[in-house]
Amino acid sequence: MTGVSIGILAVQGDIAENLSATRMAMDELGVKGVVIEVKTPEQISDLDGLIIPGGESTVIGTLSLVNGSLKKIKEKIAFGMPVLGTCAGMILLSKKIKDRIVGAMEQPLLDYLDIMIERNAFGRQKDSFEADIQLEKIGVPKFHGVFIRSPSVIDVGKDVEILSKVNEKIVAVKQGNIIGTSFHPELTADLSIHKYFVNLVQKKN
Amino acid sequence: MIPLSGDFDNAKGIIKEMMGSFETLRGTSVLKRGFAHMLKNGVVMDVTTAEQAQIAEDAGAVAVMVLDKLPADVRKAGGVARTASIRIIEEILDSVTIPVMAKCRIGHVYEAKVLGEADVDMIDESEVLTPTDEFHHIWKWDFTTPFVNGARNLGEALRRIEEGAAMIRTKGEPGTGNVAEAVIHIKNVNTELRRIKSVYDAGDEQDLVSIAREFKVSYSLVEETASLGRLPVVNFAAGGISTPADAAYLMTLGCDGIFVGSGIFKSEDAKERAQAVVLATTFWEDPGKVKEAQKMVDERQSMLGLDTKNLELRMQERGSTA
Repeated sequence: MTGVSIGILAVQGDIAENLSATRMAMDELGVKGVVIEVKTPEQISDLDGLIIPGGESTVIGTLSLVNGSLKKIKEKIAFGMPVLGTCAGMILLSKKIKDRIVGAMEQPLLDYLDIMIERNAFGRQKDSFEADIQLEKIGVPKFHGVFIRSPSVIDVGKDVEILSKVNEKIVAVKQGNIIGTSFHPELTADLSIHKYFVNLVQKKN
Repeated sequence: MIPLSGDFDNAKGIIKEMMGSFETLRGTSVLKRGFAHMLKNGVVMDVTTAEQAQIAEDAGAVAVMVLDKLPADVRKAGGVARTASIRIIEEILDSVTIPVMAKCRIGHVYEAKVLGEADVDMIDESEVLTPTDEFHHIWKWDFTTPFVNGARNLGEALRRIEEGAAMIRTKGEPGTGNVAEAVIHIKNVNTELRRIKSVYDAGDEQDLVSIAREFKVSYSLVEETASLGRLPVVNFAAGGISTPADAAYLMTLGCDGIFVGSGIFKSEDAKERAQAVVLATTFWEDPGKVKEAQKMVDERQSMLGLDTKNLELRMQERGSTA
């Protein structure tokens, strides 16, 4: 097969939006390849890059654990496969989490990003917001962030690069080929972040 | 893909304010409809207590819906069905991490305001409760909290979207354990979508105008919907879903996800059934997996259910003409 193969983890959440944003990013960059929905370990094993979409992290994690996808993603990450996790996706990629109200909690995680997540960090749905943020470190000086019941990162390990903050709250991080965002780049017309990810996948490939 | 545009020009629910040094907007269509997008391919479960909410979360529910009584009990109890106790809603808000929704009566603006103040994540203006004003639904653009509304056909769905609903669910016939009406409603919507799409594709603007008049909604909303060939917001199935196979079947009809009302907590095997319905909704394309899910439940434990033909109370008809 020619070109890169990027998968969208299609368990639950805004799968179609990430599929469309990635497709458009590849077309604009002139990168050859396919974007496909993936649900099973077999489908995941053939990928060059993976996006874990927004949704409910408890649901995506629990169901990916049930059919063995979680284990397969871990293996692929260990081999250097780039992964972009938006909102719930970032939560799944992390090592440690707590909830702003409920406190300590257990849910299946990929246990890779060396960060501590605070779930629902900005409040409930009524407090969901849109704001312009910047991610200078990956060449995106201005990005319209859509934050929906968003988590934030409250602690990072030494290998983690902080890409963006809203006031004191960290909202985007990178560790190796893994990127996590609190917000939903798939819900805006700006493809900068998906383009950055596609380039990362292509370089790795 | 579903667009996230569709702001009403003068939406009072949109709040512009500074958060530290950041200029922010809250209550926009992107945020309200986007919230519904995050629920896609998931199961929202009706609950009446914090214990039930915990069971739902552990089973993989994407959100819980708080009611005072499950629809089947509303049917039995008669009388006036109102929004749930705020104390119970708050207890549930403090105990689960997934979104918490709650129902208010059709047209009851202040019940909705109270739920907004209680900080629920979404308000369901629901025919399961006794309507307050069947002729005027809540003008939902006034709220920062998103709304979901029920519909039996495309016209009803579009009228609710024009009032500001960020999400639609089929009405079905709640509290019956009988999925028949939900199936009819989603098929109605699908048939009408195919009809307006074909009119749009044929470029017959005159016919689109008469469809807008028939539906009692603006031309622009009909045109947008017709061009998409689907509802411009997330659409879940609801009403009478009781088994994993019920849920999987509705997913095959093009629903974005599932609401389960009485089906889970009026069964005798709620915990297993909750998990099984989630599995069937996620893996609906794989009949082998749905069989495994169906095997987790026992038909002898299903809620008995009702024939929808001879019901004294047809909840679905509430507020449907307005």
